[in-house]
Amino acid sequence: MKITAKDVEHVAVLARLELSEEAKEKYTQSLNDILEYMEVLNGVDTKNVEPTAHVLSLKNVFREDESQQCLDKKLALSNAPEEENGCFKVPRII
Amino acid sequence: MSVEFEVVIGLEVHAELKTKTKIFCSCPTEFGGEENTHVCPVCLGLPGTLPVLNERVLEFAVRAGVAVDCEIANFSKFDRKNYFYPDLPKAYQISQYDLPICKEGKLEIAVDGEKKIIGITRIHMEEDAGKLLHSGNTITSSHYSLADYNRTGVPLIEIVSEPDMRSPEEARAYMEKLKTILEYIDVSDVKMEQGSLRCDANISLRPVGTSKLGTKAEIKNMNSFKALQKALEYEIERQQEVLEEGGTIVQETRTWDEEKGITVSMRSKEEANDYRYFPDPDLVPIIIEPDWVEEIKNSLPELPDAKRKRLVEKLGLSEYDAGIITESRALAEFFDKTVTLFNEPKTVANWIMGDFMRLLNVESIEVKDSKVTPEKMAALLENQADGKISGKMAKTVFEEMFVTGKTADEIIKEKGLVQISDEGSLGEIVDNIIEANPKSIADYQDGKKKAIGFLVGQIMKETKGQANPGVVNKLLQEKLSQL
Repeated sequence: MKITAKDVEHVAVLARLELSEEAKEKYTQSLNDILEYMEVLNGVDTKNVEPTAHVLSLKNVFREDESQQCLDKKLALSNAPEEENGCFKVPRII
Repeated sequence: MSVEFEVVIGLEVHAELKTKTKIFCSCPTEFGGEENTHVCPVCLGLPGTLPVLNERVLEFAVRAGVAVDCEIANFSKFDRKNYFYPDLPKAYQISQYDLPICKEGKLEIAVDGEKKIIGITRIHMEEDAGKLLHSGNTITSSHYSLADYNRTGVPLIEIVSEPDMRSPEEARAYMEKLKTILEYIDVSDVKMEQGSLRCDANISLRPVGTSKLGTKAEIKNMNSFKALQKALEYEIERQQEVLEEGGTIVQETRTWDEEKGITVSMRSKEEANDYRYFPDPDLVPIIIEPDWVEEIKNSLPELPDAKRKRLVEKLGLSEYDAGIITESRALAEFFDKTVTLFNEPKTVANWIMGDFMRLLNVESIEVKDSKVTPEKMAALLENQADGKISGKMAKTVFEEMFVTGKTADEIIKEKGLVQISDEGSLGEIVDNIIEANPKSIADYQDGKKKAIGFLVGQIMKETKGQANPGVVNKLLQEKLSQL
């Protein structure tokens, strides 16, 4: 698989990043280098290996359906760049 | 020559689960509440927090799965669905992608008596998003939005159907059936108007006789069964027009505008969705033992189809009556309980579908909040069956009972509602009326049989409506024929 400048632009849009032409070129190269390195792993025979869903061997970690104290409203909103009427104020969406 | 089109519809239904707390944290799920007061570091997506699955969510999802004949996955996991939208503070939604908890189920619908099986592709668990209040009249004219994260993290199951429906009526029947089942198994409040049950529809047309699916539109914002049906009817017309004019359908999301009765394109300039799902490393896999699934299966209540069948086959109700009574679990249980106390299923069914449902509708009261209980209804029906009160009196008593919650005996006593069925005392009154109305008697003997109605009326008036009409009629006929 070869990453093109177009792929980089697509990923940049999805990540809400603005890239200069220079950066695009650089990332195209870096991403291709990474994929090339991953090709090494593709050489390993994984025919009898289950796909990994989680790196730890934990399973079935649950909590009981019991409610606990929520955050104080003031504290909850303390990270909001702007607030209005007890809500997080965000830029227009579309 | 015009082409005949076949409609293809699939539904994606979201149901909020009625757990006490959110799916991955201990905040309450309660509806309403002051903005941003049901939030914590986990559902606000603050760094360093870890989500932990609520065990009830898993149980409810499996309950829903077995209720619609799904296969329950032995191995399941959560994935991140990445998108930037401020209704989710983490910039991703925790959902399930390739290994959902349930798959390959089905349910049966009936439209105009015609039965049909609709396939269910999958059911998965996910978190709900927050609510955005827009500053302008519409989302596009707003300068900014306000985010309330109380709903963020409320547990949802998404139930995805196969594209098996061929008409808006079938889609509506499917949705109604699903709602009934979810209500029966007690996993969701299923209130479409409040948003605890929501539905998106995928709809496309294709020439009759072809098997390739046409390009679909996804319709959102249908907040009632009626809206679902109307939106689909409109969309069929719209797509048909486009196709007949030689145009092509654009794959897009459209929103139903209830007021204007049309669907409107919601497509923003953003490119097609690319959610870049990947396994959520914060949550560990779920392994389900078949024994536990069996246990849940055995704990399910009698489901609507089985209940309907029993009411028809064992209790002799019509398909129609059984269908209405089993549409709501609360009503069906009310019926069952009443019948155990007063064993005349048809009479009980008539009362429930008649006066009881009418008053519940008029007063917007739910069965569980009604002051009439199965015990009280059964006692009222006993009184009527004994001939102690007439059918008309029973209605009066029922209406009073519905408002005050008093028992039939109390109301009968208070209102002095006693039906006189005793032939001796009624006979005397009948004799008096006959004597006092010679003209009517003459009319009757001249062949004007209607005159008897007037006489019955006089007797009822004399007894303040307490005379048993059946006995009065019988006595009158007897006495008049002897004259």
